[in-house]
Amino acid sequence: MATDFYNIDSALSEEERAVRDTVRAFVDEKVLPIIGDCYIEGRFPKELIPEMAELGMFGANLPEEYGCAGLNNVSYGLIMQELERGDSGVRSFASVQGALVMYPIYAFGSEEQKRHYLPKMASGEIIGCFGLTEPDYGSNPSGMITTAREQKDGSWVINGAKMWITNGSTAQVAIIWAKTGDDKSDKSIRGFIVPTDTPGFSGKDQKGKLSLRASDTSELVLQDVKLPATALLPKSGGIRSPLMCLTQARYGISWGAMGAAMACYEEALDYAGNRVMFGKPIGGFQIQQQRLAEMLTELVKGQLLALHLGRLKDAGTFTPQQVSLAKRNNVSIATDIAREARRLLGANGILAEYSSMRHMANLESVYTYEGTHDIHTLILGQAVTGLSAFEG
Amino acid sequence: MKIAVCVKRVPDMDVRFKIGGDGTSLDEAGLKFDINDFDAWAVEAALQLKEKAGAGEVTVISLGPDVVQETIRKALSMGADKGVHLKADRVPFDGFTIAKALAEELKAGAYDLVLFGKISPDSSNGVVGPMVAELMGVPCVTAISSLEIANGRGTAKRELEGAQEMVEFSLPVVLTVDEGLNTARYPSLKGIMAAKKKPLESKPAQLAEPQVKVRKLELPPDRKAGRIVGEGAAAVPELVRLLQTEAKVL
Amino acid sequence: MANIFAFVETRGTDIRKVGLEAVTAARMLADGSGGGEVHALLLGPPGIAAKAPQAAQHGADVVIVVEHAGLANYNAEVAASTTADRIKSGGYRAAIFSTTAQGRDVAPRVAARLGVSIVTDVLSFEVEGDAIVVRHPVNIGKVIATLAISATPAVLAMRPNVISPAENPKAGKVENAQPSVDPGATRVKVTETRVGGAGKLDLAEAPVVIAGGRGLKAAENFKLVEDLADAFGNAAVGATRAVTDDGWRPHSDQIGQTGRLVSPELYIAVGISGAVQHLAGMRTSKTIVAVNKDKDAPIFKIADYGIVGDVFEIVPALTAAIREAKKGH
Repeated sequence: MATDFYNIDSALSEEERAVRDTVRAFVDEKVLPIIGDCYIEGRFPKELIPEMAELGMFGANLPEEYGCAGLNNVSYGLIMQELERGDSGVRSFASVQGALVMYPIYAFGSEEQKRHYLPKMASGEIIGCFGLTEPDYGSNPSGMITTAREQKDGSWVINGAKMWITNGSTAQVAIIWAKTGDDKSDKSIRGFIVPTDTPGFSGKDQKGKLSLRASDTSELVLQDVKLPATALLPKSGGIRSPLMCLTQARYGISWGAMGAAMACYEEALDYAGNRVMFGKPIGGFQIQQQRLAEMLTELVKGQLLALHLGRLKDAGTFTPQQVSLAKRNNVSIATDIAREARRLLGANGILAEYSSMRHMANLESVYTYEGTHDIHTLILGQAVTGLSAFEG
Repeated sequence: MKIAVCVKRVPDMDVRFKIGGDGTSLDEAGLKFDINDFDAWAVEAALQLKEKAGAGEVTVISLGPDVVQETIRKALSMGADKGVHLKADRVPFDGFTIAKALAEELKAGAYDLVLFGKISPDSSNGVVGPMVAELMGVPCVTAISSLEIANGRGTAKRELEGAQEMVEFSLPVVLTVDEGLNTARYPSLKGIMAAKKKPLESKPAQLAEPQVKVRKLELPPDRKAGRIVGEGAAAVPELVRLLQTEAKVL
Repeated sequence: MANIFAFVETRGTDIRKVGLEAVTAARMLADGSGGGEVHALLLGPPGIAAKAPQAAQHGADVVIVVEHAGLANYNAEVAASTTADRIKSGGYRAAIFSTTAQGRDVAPRVAARLGVSIVTDVLSFEVEGDAIVVRHPVNIGKVIATLAISATPAVLAMRPNVISPAENPKAGKVENAQPSVDPGATRVKVTETRVGGAGKLDLAEAPVVIAGGRGLKAAENFKLVEDLADAFGNAAVGATRAVTDDGWRPHSDQIGQTGRLVSPELYIAVGISGAVQHLAGMRTSKTIVAVNKDKDAPIFKIADYGIVGDVFEIVPALTAAIREAKKGH
């Protein structure tokens, strides 16, 4: 690929390349031919779910004993990269399923919950969504107002509303985060596995999106949703638990954004070589060469960053702050690369036939979700100064 | 049913090739390699036969340097059971020397079915499958685009120029696979993990002195730049005039 | 001086054009190595013997005729063993086949039986001392290999259409022979041959090929391409992989890396963007014409002549113009 300017392939193991090649072929043959139309129609391509599951893309870095592929984190990152080379919506689907639903069940669930849910989620039989963000609590999830009240018999009743929930209207289960007991601090936050057909649970799609159009985004309402004691993720406790999930997802996003950037850079490079203006390919003009050189440079840096972060994660030594840096940087540069690619494509760049504008619009969501760019800036600020800018 | 599939590692053809300094080999820098498409379809055919029968064993064989083990593992990750690597410093152009080395290995394996892709795009010669069949003394059907096997007999369709042949054959048999027989599955991520644990035996290939040697490789001359005659149906008369007077093909 | 063997491809009781190309090639090789004889082998059902003079007309000194009722269909085992036996007993310097479905099937088997190598898809050849040196495309034609064949006999299969059948009348002494094995007793049997359309020209042999791609939008629109082929009268219809994958045309019509390789006098690409895999199958065509709506389509980079625009408007106009031009002849 023209995008592997630094021969990063040589830093991947045979197995990692094989994983990447499988997902790459899947995206080339199954996603790219339909995704432009899905985007215009504003629908998530559900028909892809069975094959994505069959190939093992959901929760691929979780252990084989739970029906998952048992891959390392670099392989997992490469899956996200390739999926987002197709579309951020398709990658988001896999991120939510794997990092935000399967991961918390794996990390905070009982053995029984793991055995029940994980194989069915790996096989795509059960689709999940992740309910943390609320209408009034986005960047500050600790302030959430959704509550779960424990009943005398040990069962739970949940009330609240969640927003910007990917897969919300299609999911069979939702991981809902809620405050428990009378404690209003974020220490009381715990996670629950909520079947979406439970009375009182409703989800409806948020309309009018100009970004992530090939992805379902929903609003969830929980009104007196009664759950058995077994719905609680027993090992979850405090805001730290959902943030651990977000760290997993953000890790994948730092790879995924590079996939979108690769698609845009390649499209721009190809276009620059073929589009003739003033008697020569536009790639022969300095202004486009500068665009391409800048795009390529940032792309390579972002790829190396994602790869090194993956190696740290596999070694078990990575920190959430390192993930913040990678998410912040890679999504930001991917957004810039997509915009530059769109501009290089001239008028053609606004068509769905090309991918750059779709990626550009998608990446604005990715820039904003899973910790906005600005929040990650403050996380890094706090990490290096020791001073928190979040509170008064 | 014991099935063997012979596979070759080939470069991706979607590049501008460069000739190496010796003038007789390719400069492999920057080339991406993968299993030959036809061979992947042969692997798929073997896996489907095994799955349909609910029993059997699929062995994948490849000749070449150590890197071909990667190609074997790809077939293992698709679902083949074991691999045999016939180690050689390089893959000779001469299909006959390759066929002899493979036939030795295949004869020892007592396979019911031996599958090949009908041709590989790199050497573009397409002779190894039928040569192996002759050396093994078993029947052979080349370039099949459909396949049924039941009770020790098989039927297949061959695509000819402007015609199709339906053939019947007995086992054991050597078959070479054409496009259209199936669509090869992607190796699943679990399959990739499982492949690492499957047996892969490596042993030296017995390669005879080749009777065909590459003397020179060169890039074909570029076609001279063409021209756009015009736009729309209005350009048709000018095109016909050029075909008559310049290209002289009318 | 050395004798050269030619395998003359037949279908039914007819010699195919590639068969005459093989005889012509053998004649060139015999004359190029000091003027040996050309021995041509004709295998087929009763009636094929009557075609022996055609081989003689193109330069065969001897025509070996194997006529058998069991050879109405191509029989690989009979063809391979009969041909190999004849070559063994004839002491030839070289044996010429054709790179067709039949030639690709029989030639390697014969070579293996003789214990020698083979080169298929040969573009040209010359004798150089003890070696026969041939040019052969590798890497889907993106690289041309010059190969030295040291084996005797040198077995080569010519690419169709690179040598035109040339008349060079020779005695053509007929020798009748029997198949080496009983056609009724072979392990592989052809139970049926379905010929696609009576009198349909084969892609590899047709002097003109009209190929259609996705730009035709639907299977039924291939009518446009067929009409154009019909206007030429000597054209065959081909297709891209995308089109055969979608089932608009049979796989046997596919031109490209994984399909057929063609090198006609004139190749017209209709609604074909020019993917690498397609170009691999037709880049050696002598004259290439492309009709496509996208002026940046890669096909225009290798086309000699291009028209940009709507194929549904241009192709019928071209069909009419070709009919008109043909009338004038």
